Amino acid sequence: MPKVIRINMTDLSVRIDEAPEAWAGLGGRALTSTVVAAEVPPTCHPLGPNNKLVFAPGLLSGTAAGNAGRMSAGAKSPLTGTIKESNAGGTCGRMLGRLDIKAIIIEGQPAATDTWYQIRISSEGAVIEPEAETVGMNNFAVLDSVARRYGEDKGVITIGSAGENLMLISNISTRDPEGKLRSFGRGGLGAVMGSKRVKFITIDQEGTRPVPLVDSAAFKAANMVFTKALKDHPVSGQGLPTYGTAVLVNILHEIGGLPTRNFTSGQCEHHDMISGEHMYDTIVARGGEPTHGCSLGCVIQCSQVYNDKDGKYLTSGFEYETIWAYGADCLIDNLDLIAECDNVMDDLGVDSIETPVMFGVAMEAGILKFGDGAEVLRMLREEIGKATPLGRILGAGTAMVGKTYGVARVPVVKGQAIPAYDPRSVKGIGVTYATTTQGADHTAGYAVATNVLNVGGKVDPLSNEGQVELSRNLQIATAAIDSTGLCLFIAFPALDIAECLPATVDMLNARFGTKLTMDDVVGLGKTVLKLEHEFNLAAGIGPEQDRLPEFFELEAIAPHNVKWDMEQKELETFWNF
Amino acid sequence: MLITVKLFATFLENRFKEARREYPPGTTVADVATELEIDHDLIGMIFIHGRAAELDRVLDEGEVLALFPLLGGG
Repeated sequence: MPKVIRINMTDLSVRIDEAPEAWAGLGGRALTSTVVAAEVPPTCHPLGPNNKLVFAPGLLSGTAAGNAGRMSAGAKSPLTGTIKESNAGGTCGRMLGRLDIKAIIIEGQPAATDTWYQIRISSEGAVIEPEAETVGMNNFAVLDSVARRYGEDKGVITIGSAGENLMLISNISTRDPEGKLRSFGRGGLGAVMGSKRVKFITIDQEGTRPVPLVDSAAFKAANMVFTKALKDHPVSGQGLPTYGTAVLVNILHEIGGLPTRNFTSGQCEHHDMISGEHMYDTIVARGGEPTHGCSLGCVIQCSQVYNDKDGKYLTSGFEYETIWAYGADCLIDNLDLIAECDNVMDDLGVDSIETPVMFGVAMEAGILKFGDGAEVLRMLREEIGKATPLGRILGAGTAMVGKTYGVARVPVVKGQAIPAYDPRSVKGIGVTYATTTQGADHTAGYAVATNVLNVGGKVDPLSNEGQVELSRNLQIATAAIDSTGLCLFIAFPALDIAECLPATVDMLNARFGTKLTMDDVVGLGKTVLKLEHEFNLAAGIGPEQDRLPEFFELEAIAPHNVKWDMEQKELETFWNF
Repeated sequence: MLITVKLFATFLENRFKEARREYPPGTTVADVATELEIDHDLIGMIFIHGRAAELDRVLDEGEVLALFPLLGGG
């Protein structure tokens, strides 16, 4: 029977239960949000004893399904005050699937604030022990310490100094197959883990067997159809493996949707210096790897290893969002400097969207100059890394820096930084930013696909027409995919290739012996969104916060000279389902 | 008439990043792609001055045409 491991940090006890029957069809985001909605008082302080931090692998985690390496972390977010689900690749999701662990729920809080703890999970159960060696360390040193003490083959979930210091920009990191990092990036979940005084968790899959399948022949057949779709679609089969996500820089520049200089223009003069094409050429010239996976069984391989000019490792998992935010929003025209920032952010354990968007506002506030990458690096290491008073202000995120320095142009929704697509020129993604339960989050309903990339049809990005419906359909589908453990990038083939999504349903049925239909999967997505929304309403986050910052309505953006002009009433129809 | 053509990603291979080229009046996007030996089926996005366009769109003097293969990210 699938297990649920409860770690009580108040009395340092472990309880292992059989997963309730009602959770049988839930995994990933569906499960983390179900647990948070049912067990966390919506009005609790996110860093207090009543919040819970929930980790859940997806429904297909641990199987041989292609791209099934994603797992979810959930809690009430200290950044947004909403329910939060963040997810990451790496090795732990697969291991938890093999261990038949449905969820790890970390609850309570130690009374004493002078001790940190580590948690070790294995087929024997879980142990909580005081931890001293890694306290104060950043993530790469934690990984080294864990590998030395417990072996190279363990899954690791960890926080860096930012999480220890309860910063709202902090994330939770997890080990990838090559000992680098992937991140549960958004919403300040590192601070929640820090508030529980948990420095790291290790996962040991020794002694586990392959995940049992009710119908292994049907599973294999469906997986073949599924992986063929991933390989056949030009986005997942060619574009992402070659150029990574940074290929979007030139596309968004071209259509005027690349937020530049703290969201004051839609185009960036030095876009060629930070483009995916330039990154690809640089990686190849320096002997890096343009094509690289973040988890075992990844077919798409959108990650990469980026070396410095001497051919030495600089960073990996170097994403469009990070490159856009430092490159265009902060005007840093040097990809090597941005790569170094990326590596330092991985090490400190801070969100690579929240942090650079915050720097854009800090630049507007005059704390540092636009384009000054060297000063960004210094502030990451010396201010945020050392939790100086300025570092704590910066570490509290975009909204807090705006408030502290009196900046009116602050790109956040529900306190969370707006990502790399300007909502004035890509209006569908603006609907997603405003309405998602998560605070501004492009992944919650990636309308860019249909507004700009011509995937899943075409909806004019500059018109309001059809955008609410588009965002709604995408948010429902995304909530369902987020529950399977499958990479979100399967959505590109799923939107265009008819056999792709039914094959994922076939895999679920072959794994569990169920008779789910596509309608059931859509129904799961709707249920997840509604229970998240109810949590937010009960937490005091109502429809008046389902909106974009005012400056988008006041300031037209170049080159199309467009403002955000969707009626609030129209936005509110989002929840009519 | 002069048209500025911009190419991206795999379309760059053995071609150019950006060029001002002379075309006869009445030239369509499809004609430009054909002239550049770009398979029409591989074209994912067409933008003229940053706005989406179709293959049969007739170009005007001085326009900026951008051609991308089908790409994505996030």
